[in-house]
Amino acid sequence: MSEALVASQAPGTDSSVPGASGARQFWRRLRAQRAALVAAGVVALLVLIALAAPLLTAIEGQDPTTYHPSLVDSARGGVPVGPLGGIGGDHWLGVEPQTGRDLFARLVYGARVSLGVALAATLVQVLIGIVVGVAAGLGNRWVDQLLSRATDVIVAMPLMIMSLALLAIVPSSFPRPVLVALIIGLVAWGSIAKIVRAHTLTLKELDYVAAARLSGWGAWRVARRELLPALAAPVITYAALLVPTNITVEAALSFLGVGVKPPTPSWGQMLTAADIWYQAAPQYLLLPAGALFVTVLALTVLGDGVRTALDPRAASRLRIGTGRRREAKA
Amino acid sequence: MSALKGLSGSLAGFPGFALRRLVGAVVTLFAISVIIYLVFYVAPGDVAQITCGPRCSPAQVHQVAEQLRLDDPLYVRYWHFLQGVFVGQDYSTGTSVQHCGAPCLGVSYQSGQQVTQLIWAKLPVTFSLVLGAMVLWLILGVGTGVLSAWRRGRFTERALTAVTLAGTATPVFVIGLVLMIVVCGQLQLLPFPQYVPFTEDPEQWAWNLLLPWLSLALIESAKYARLTRSSMLETLAEDHVRTFRAYGVGERSIIGRHALRGAVAPVIALSANDFGSAIGGAVLSETLFGLPGLGRELVHAVTVVDLPVVVGMVLVTGFFVVLANAVADVLFAVADRRVVLS
Repeated sequence: MSEALVASQAPGTDSSVPGASGARQFWRRLRAQRAALVAAGVVALLVLIALAAPLLTAIEGQDPTTYHPSLVDSARGGVPVGPLGGIGGDHWLGVEPQTGRDLFARLVYGARVSLGVALAATLVQVLIGIVVGVAAGLGNRWVDQLLSRATDVIVAMPLMIMSLALLAIVPSSFPRPVLVALIIGLVAWGSIAKIVRAHTLTLKELDYVAAARLSGWGAWRVARRELLPALAAPVITYAALLVPTNITVEAALSFLGVGVKPPTPSWGQMLTAADIWYQAAPQYLLLPAGALFVTVLALTVLGDGVRTALDPRAASRLRIGTGRRREAKA
Repeated sequence: MSALKGLSGSLAGFPGFALRRLVGAVVTLFAISVIIYLVFYVAPGDVAQITCGPRCSPAQVHQVAEQLRLDDPLYVRYWHFLQGVFVGQDYSTGTSVQHCGAPCLGVSYQSGQQVTQLIWAKLPVTFSLVLGAMVLWLILGVGTGVLSAWRRGRFTERALTAVTLAGTATPVFVIGLVLMIVVCGQLQLLPFPQYVPFTEDPEQWAWNLLLPWLSLALIESAKYARLTRSSMLETLAEDHVRTFRAYGVGERSIIGRHALRGAVAPVIALSANDFGSAIGGAVLSETLFGLPGLGRELVHAVTVVDLPVVVGMVLVTGFFVVLANAVADVLFAVADRRVVLS
């Protein structure tokens, strides 16, 4: 997002520091929250790991897809050879039971899939949500009715069930991670469209937007020049909270075996078989589970922080009368 | 006085509101059926070939296509489907003609079983799972929320906030997996879950479902704790509470009677919503714990491209979501009379 987008004021955002640009104010408020700052650091680290996955595995000297049959004991059903599930200098986190694939490599490449799919899905949700929400808010009664009903229908569809069913009917030749991102995006844009529509309806009545409309600007130009900048704050707030949800959904779909397919590694998929091996190779369960937990937790805390920074009023409401000086962390 | 006025005003408009909401739900459900039908019957590959099996000759495949009416135009098939839902339909099994009664969602390509019967058989499992978990997560969630609103600003609240945050960040299959390994595997406190029908043995039913209930409840209750806490804090900040305090009303009474009241409406609305989405979301816990409910049946149907079952399942879960949302709206209006009924 460009600074100009963040800078513009949405309704409900106060501008307590006159002169300071919105973006700078946003950073100042985000920095004031210790938890959000730590979370931002963790998220940055995770993104770095995901981007540097090929480099990291090259340093280790492994890759996520090569089988190492010599490292698993086929007589004992494929239990990794050696102590602690095969941890050692060659395989930093041990190897996968049965196949002997390197766990460290699968874990860091899994970060790519998790973050990549979640971000792409969020992008799809936000794009559809903005288009549908703005069109419903600006359009005439019929357009609004039609789009709002369509949004209701999308909201009412059970997310897991729909994604599951849709993933099954698309031919397997389609690149899987892209497909998972697309389907999550296409099934779950309802709530963001509703939020955008509500904000558009409020903004439409404000003088500067009304003036632009009355001076004969087309709907497209009004939406692009006047509405979008003002919608940035609520959209960013909501999108930040969508990312962790999407991470969970991708992991769930891959866990069920319909999401990202092997040999592409994914945290959810790694957990599918983990329960059988927990005694021989506990890290096979603990690593993807821990990675998921840390990622979702960090993104959730960061999302909360972004919300507080963009809409301080909503956050400060919770503090009134509690006699606390510190920021309400909920 | 103003509260009384608001009460009479909202009750007058209430039946109309409930009716409108219900009609809206029916329209939404109809739209869902059209979309689902379109999506699943336009997109797929060669259903006849898949159903018949890889060794079928072209003639056999053709016969299957005819028997399943796969060559009819789409609108004819959708019309047929609607007929089945409202008045039932007859279908041929190749040797005899069977009747499928009024809410007929078609017949499984694979087993030849009626989809309605299939769903009917699986529904008790999913309902047992979701209802039991819901009772637990309401108790846990609201309890935690009340406690942290009461002990606000103290260590208890901060600890509870941290725990609930961890709860919202954990996927249900992760906590379920870990609990299953620790509680059933290592400590052997509970059996590995296995579904026992309630009518057969209520004690075993509950004993076996306890772990799935706990896993779902631990995750879901976090949301309720946050909601309860924030609605209570909002009420506590209102002027009338300050008045109560000035009159010497005790903290216990303020928390238990007045602040809690503010949380009732949002909690009821959220739980009705969540009931719907939990029916759809049960697929995860059912797969993890091996419970033979709707979700697991759907996963199976999806892998063998059994379209009538897939469509039927999506519709039925959609039905629960829509119904639950409508109920949530109506309950919210009943519980919180400040809601403007427009």
